[in-house]
Amino acid sequence: MLVLLALMGCKREERSVRLAPPLADALDQVALMPNGIGGAVPYVMAILDHPYDKNAYQLAQGKRLYDWFGCPACHGDGRGGVGPSLIDGWWRYGPDEASIFATIRDGRPNGMPPFSNKMTTEQIWQLTGYIRALGADYATAAAPGRNDDIHTRPAENRAPVDIGALLHPQEAR
Amino acid sequence: MRGFGAGFALLCAGCSGWQSAIDPAGPESRNLQHLLWLFFGVSAAVWVLVMLVLAVALMRRAAPSTAPLRPGSRGERGSAIAVSAAVAATAIVLVGLTVGSYRATSALGARGDEPLMVRLRGYQWWWEVTYLDPLPERVFVTANELHIPVGRAVTVDLVAADVIHSFWLPNLAGKQDLVPGRDNRISFTADRPGIYRGQCAEFCGLQHAHMSFFVIAEPPADFERWRSTQLQPAVAPMDTEQEAGQQLVTGKACAACHAVRGTGAVGTLAPDLTHVASRTYLAAGLLPMTRGSLAAWVADPQTIKPGNNMPAVPLSSDKLRSISAYLASLK
Amino acid sequence: MSETRPEIEAIEVIDRDLSPEALEQRLAQTWATPRTLYGWLATADHKIIGRRYIVTAFVFLILGGVLALAMRAQLAGPENRLVSADLYNQLFTMHGSNMMFLFAVPVMEAVAVYLVPLMVGTRNIAFPRLNAFSYWIYLAGGLLLWAAFLLQMGPDVGWFAYVPLSGPQYGAGKRSDIWAQMITFTELSALAVAVEIVVTVFKQRAPGMTLARIPLFVWSMLVTSFLIILAMPAIVMASTSLILDRLVGTHFFNPAEGGDVLLYQHLFWFFGHPEVYIIFLPAVGMVSTIVPTFARRPVFGYLALVLALIATGILAFTLWVHHMFVTGLPRVGESFFTASSMAIAVPSGIQIFCWLATMWHGRPVLATPMLFVLAFFATFVLGGLTGVMVASVPLDTQVHDTYFVVAHFHYVLIGGAVFPLMGAIYYWYPKFTGRMMSERLGRWVAGLVFVGFNLAFFPMHLLGLAGMPRRVYTYQPEMGWGGANLFVSLSSVILAAGFLLFFIDALRSARYGARAADNPWDAGTLEWATASPPPSYNFGHIPVVTSANPLWEERGPLPVATGLRAGRRELLVTTVAEAQPEARETSPRNSIWPLMTALTTTVMLIWSIFSPWAVVWGSIPIGISLIGWFWPKGTPEDEA
Repeated sequence: MLVLLALMGCKREERSVRLAPPLADALDQVALMPNGIGGAVPYVMAILDHPYDKNAYQLAQGKRLYDWFGCPACHGDGRGGVGPSLIDGWWRYGPDEASIFATIRDGRPNGMPPFSNKMTTEQIWQLTGYIRALGADYATAAAPGRNDDIHTRPAENRAPVDIGALLHPQEAR
Repeated sequence: MRGFGAGFALLCAGCSGWQSAIDPAGPESRNLQHLLWLFFGVSAAVWVLVMLVLAVALMRRAAPSTAPLRPGSRGERGSAIAVSAAVAATAIVLVGLTVGSYRATSALGARGDEPLMVRLRGYQWWWEVTYLDPLPERVFVTANELHIPVGRAVTVDLVAADVIHSFWLPNLAGKQDLVPGRDNRISFTADRPGIYRGQCAEFCGLQHAHMSFFVIAEPPADFERWRSTQLQPAVAPMDTEQEAGQQLVTGKACAACHAVRGTGAVGTLAPDLTHVASRTYLAAGLLPMTRGSLAAWVADPQTIKPGNNMPAVPLSSDKLRSISAYLASLK
Repeated sequence: MSETRPEIEAIEVIDRDLSPEALEQRLAQTWATPRTLYGWLATADHKIIGRRYIVTAFVFLILGGVLALAMRAQLAGPENRLVSADLYNQLFTMHGSNMMFLFAVPVMEAVAVYLVPLMVGTRNIAFPRLNAFSYWIYLAGGLLLWAAFLLQMGPDVGWFAYVPLSGPQYGAGKRSDIWAQMITFTELSALAVAVEIVVTVFKQRAPGMTLARIPLFVWSMLVTSFLIILAMPAIVMASTSLILDRLVGTHFFNPAEGGDVLLYQHLFWFFGHPEVYIIFLPAVGMVSTIVPTFARRPVFGYLALVLALIATGILAFTLWVHHMFVTGLPRVGESFFTASSMAIAVPSGIQIFCWLATMWHGRPVLATPMLFVLAFFATFVLGGLTGVMVASVPLDTQVHDTYFVVAHFHYVLIGGAVFPLMGAIYYWYPKFTGRMMSERLGRWVAGLVFVGFNLAFFPMHLLGLAGMPRRVYTYQPEMGWGGANLFVSLSSVILAAGFLLFFIDALRSARYGARAADNPWDAGTLEWATASPPPSYNFGHIPVVTSANPLWEERGPLPVATGLRAGRRELLVTTVAEAQPEARETSPRNSIWPLMTALTTTVMLIWSIFSPWAVVWGSIPIGISLIGWFWPKGTPEDEA
């Protein structure tokens, strides 16, 4: 029984602190559609078992990066400001990870700067995973907790984080 | 046998050292060392005494019969007096030690006038050092290393940026925690020049073991010289390799987190690199400061200090060479 | 009610109406635990549960020791890469949590669960089904923690899990939740046993066992049980608040929203300091039992020893801030705690001096249990003296969170609790199993463990003063700590060898040890008045006690009390102070409901790590199993 257990949950809480450079290169090869919306994530992601969505440590790193790289300046605590809201269930370029990754890495028109020069591939993926967790409409076991800070919205593990926006999309936008 | 010798060697190594509580370099830590000797002396004497009594008690064998004894009242009265006397002596000794402890505490609280004010902000897993001054243009920021003038009191404001850390500089003072939400403060004075090493002493996560800092006590003139150098912006690159390095540092990921005053790199999340090469160690006391260490660190920080917050930016070898040339020039 | 008259008579028969052989037969039938799977799962016999508890606790000791060996292997050289930083953090957290919550407290409780009813002369512990429940809950908590560790979900924030490191922002994943919930399991179990012991000691003593005749081990367990009852709420609050902060989004420990980081430390240490006395006082009781037996005379200063126990227990609650001396609390307040931390050395001193006087006036016999007591003296006194050092605020600012403190607490915990425990195992093994452990191996064990322990832990004092902090997974070569660390790591192998020999001896002697008589050490307390191992009903007749060492005063058969029924489970309830018989109390029969309740509680608690709704939905099965537990059985409860 212990062997079964040991096999089962191996990856969820693993703390992988160093993404090997070849893997990082491979994860950078997102195959985007011509209009830049949607695409295919490199196969390596499946081999790694989607850590940026499922691994608590990677999500926590993404959460740290959200503050570190100035996202709140435009996106606030997720509810938006100058930039669009990330928690109202509406994704201008699609909710899939390839689009969000491309958004952060390459920027988008009307003000989203590219971060390819400022962040490594691993960091961009960590942030992608976090953004998807932030905007999720269901709670998962691996979601990050609240900030040890002033509380301006429900914590990410209470998904959906902004139920009001989900219920009343017009008012939120 | 070698282990035994090693143990003995430790006795000597601990007696002097750059991170030793029993090699005081200032009045606060000397105070503590004297208190330590007082307690140690008393404790050793008590322990030896108790062991002696135990040994004698065991050796006072009576008749070989092992039937249980009935306690007799005559011997008991003597023992009752002896035990009461021992308890009274214990209480008196403890009161004495408590008083000694209180006197040391009050001596620690005394502070000289005109202390040097520094603010230390503890991050996972490095130290941000801000030298405070009433004039804002004389305030500067560095990381993981303090210089202090010999003979002048230093007051350090301890601020925690994330989790609880602890500032421990055993040669100069006892430790004080950096607690989020609290303003803690510690004061100390160095009365002889030297390099003293301190380490975070409250478990703070993955790289708690590698969160050290250096305090370099130097004559006041040298200190002023160091301070004025630190106040200057970064040294301009002196050859093409350093020039290329500066372009990379300000244009690529480095500038997102690090600051190099006088260039376009104004990041606030990571150690200030304006005078990084003037520090004795790199990465919070982990690697001695050389160009090679800088290159190794920039190339693969996660292998050297796994789990720390600096990412491994992919760089080709000549880019790495330029960056390390530039950083090594930032004295 | 539908039983026939002969059946009723069979149940209601009084012990004095039966011949001794018929009585033994009848009692064995009434109190038996069937040798089936059902019997194993449903037993209410304190001896079976106690033995199970002891074995489980020692398994956790072995596991925790292996963790320690892994840590020492990693620290044997500078910048070693045997174990990663993350794994090392899990190792020391698991080592501390395992030893404190899964070994030290439970093993002391377990020995008490086995011995206290025998020592006070009753047939079973009070609330035997609660006793069974407490074992299953303890096992569940231990399995939770270790399963999590195997799944890389082991907590990695230190055994005291300070916030904010263990909080929602910096403690990613479920690791700290597992830790906090393990606390709930083990504290439930400890509280249950504490309540049972208090009631057993106050209300079920043999007639004539006045307060002044209670064995010192029972006194120590009584004081320990009160400590558990009073200290436990603090840590349940701390761990529950931590889970709430992490899972639900409360702000108990969030300074930005009005919480306080130090609140956690206060709550934890208000429990944490009494916790070490919860571990130490039973060991004191064990020493107070072994010393008179092997000094061949009643203990010197019984009243002083009892008062010292009580004083230690009370003072234990006034010390907790000494764990927080460097957090920046006002120095005046901290100084009070210096005084109180010093003051607790006085009752400990009284105990040491009384034991010394006992040996002085006695004829010491140096059998293995006594060797461990001698090891205790040398080690615990040294640890207590370094404790006096760290009690001083200024000294503590240098040595707090360094290897000096690691050395100190291992000296007092291993010297002050584990050595007496090992001596107690050698001492009571004949009673538990009916066989003697090996005297020859016992000397080797004592020697190896004592030498290995001192060689491994004494240099840590020096390492701490030389600047080595705690909880570091490695250190730099230029620090000069490599030699001493290597020495310590090698010495830890000697210590491990001693423990290994101990377990080999214990396992071997269960099969091949010499058969033990009822009272192989010719000791004076009541548990030696019955067979080794005791029958399921403990005593054929409840003994009547006329002195503090009944078997030494009455060298022949003891006077007994008669009048209890032999056909159903009955024990004698006596008054609190004078132990005058008061009532005949029915003792519950074997029941599967404690196991059911433990299972449903386990499900609810583990589920609540993942969702707060578990508290609501998970309570329904718990309610059902509690209804099963308390369903009236139709037997009369007690008769005055």
